Amino acid sequence: MAASQIRLLTLVAILAAWELVARSGLLYQEVVPSLLKIAAAFVRMLFEKDTWRHFGVTAWEVGAGLAAGYLLGLAFGLAAGTRRFFGAAVAPYVDGVATAPKIVFLPIVMLLVGTGIGSKLALGALSAFFPVAINTAASVRQVDPVLVRVGRSFRLSRWQMATRIYVPALRPSLVTSLRLGFGLAVVGVLLAEIKLSNAGLGFLANEHYSNFRVADLYAVLVLIFVVAVGLNSLMSRFAERRNQRICS
Amino acid sequence: MKPATAGILGVAAAALAMEGVVRAGWVSPLVVAPPSALPEAFRRMWDEGFILHPALITLAQAFAATGAAAAIGIPWGYVLWRRPVLGEAYTPWIGAAFAAPTVLLFPLFLVLFGRGYATTIFVGFIAAAIPIVLKTREAFVAVPKVLLDVGRSFNLGEGGLVRRVAFPAAVPGIFTGLRLGLIYALVNIIGMEFLIDFGGLGRIASEMYFRFEIPGMYVAILLIVLVSWIFLAALTRLETWLRPR
Repeated sequence: MAASQIRLLTLVAILAAWELVARSGLLYQEVVPSLLKIAAAFVRMLFEKDTWRHFGVTAWEVGAGLAAGYLLGLAFGLAAGTRRFFGAAVAPYVDGVATAPKIVFLPIVMLLVGTGIGSKLALGALSAFFPVAINTAASVRQVDPVLVRVGRSFRLSRWQMATRIYVPALRPSLVTSLRLGFGLAVVGVLLAEIKLSNAGLGFLANEHYSNFRVADLYAVLVLIFVVAVGLNSLMSRFAERRNQRICS
Repeated sequence: MKPATAGILGVAAAALAMEGVVRAGWVSPLVVAPPSALPEAFRRMWDEGFILHPALITLAQAFAATGAAAAIGIPWGYVLWRRPVLGEAYTPWIGAAFAAPTVLLFPLFLVLFGRGYATTIFVGFIAAAIPIVLKTREAFVAVPKVLLDVGRSFNLGEGGLVRRVAFPAAVPGIFTGLRLGLIYALVNIIGMEFLIDFGGLGRIASEMYFRFEIPGMYVAILLIVLVSWIFLAALTRLETWLRPR
């Protein structure tokens, strides 16, 4: 049997098992609703104006948070990569904070910027910052030293070194950083919305959960997953194409 | 001056600056806890059982989740290597799940398992199982063919070949998966505890915030960073030590 057939069969088996459990009465029906119910909730949700308002809030928080975290991470990564001493001094602290789950910084962020959209945006930025900074610093250290020496021999300023030498040499890594940052910004923003907010897809999921509208909750999760995974794979393809073009 | 010394001095300078801006009244102590208040908050939290017990609960969950993930993930990774068609069919899915924000599925687990350890451990299990399966398969795939041929030349059967040759050669790769799994499990479990106000260290950070005990909240967050960091460093060292040279 071919791999694609196995995948198709597995998918069918999972869906059939879900439907069987939903109809069997083994579990409380509201906990595992029928696939038809979830599909109906999904379609209904797509036609509700409120869904797109929440979607817009989340998109704005992720977009602005990613932009802020990306630019800050890029600047920090360039500094840590080009200045060995600074890089070695900050590395243990950056690695330490990067390992910790970013959602636990939400209380500090909320104290600093309030509980509104700003806190979600800031958490998105914080989540995106670390992979971008670490990836950029590591990539800078791998830039061909000949290019750096050429820049120095032309007496380029720091800004010119960054924009004329490092950024062009780092193009493949910049796209990879964007993809990594995006994935974590989405998670950071949505978890922050679930924890404490009054708008966004995370808030919508939490509302459905709190009111035990389980089919609607699943529908929101499906939407979140489809958008997050879809955008992530689009970015991966974009990164691959860019890298192929740069390498060819 | 060594970079490590400069790093410590930098952290000390940042702490002094924070203390200064709070004492000068430029920033409210209700927003930024002055670093001088943290030792007292730590002592109080230690006395009230907010440090050691929650830390042990979190670590126990991380080990339980990783243990379960290893029990299922290592055999699964082995099967994906042993049956290449299954590896070809499922590895792209597992790879996609590695990049997907699976932690966002936690409301679904809350509905299925309720607000308790089953949910936090299951979230940790999912986070740990994915790298364990992937790294186990990778480790078996990377076993040099010449080693397997040597085993066959000694007339080892398929079982003996796996037990005596393939598995020992794959152990370092499998350990990388276990290390990643344990770290992902820990991080996801702490995040989950924070989100659902249940369990160990993550719950403490959330509880301190909602009780408005700002120095305590900072202590809890610093503790989480410290535990994650020590965990990562210790496992990386252990892996380096275990790897054959």
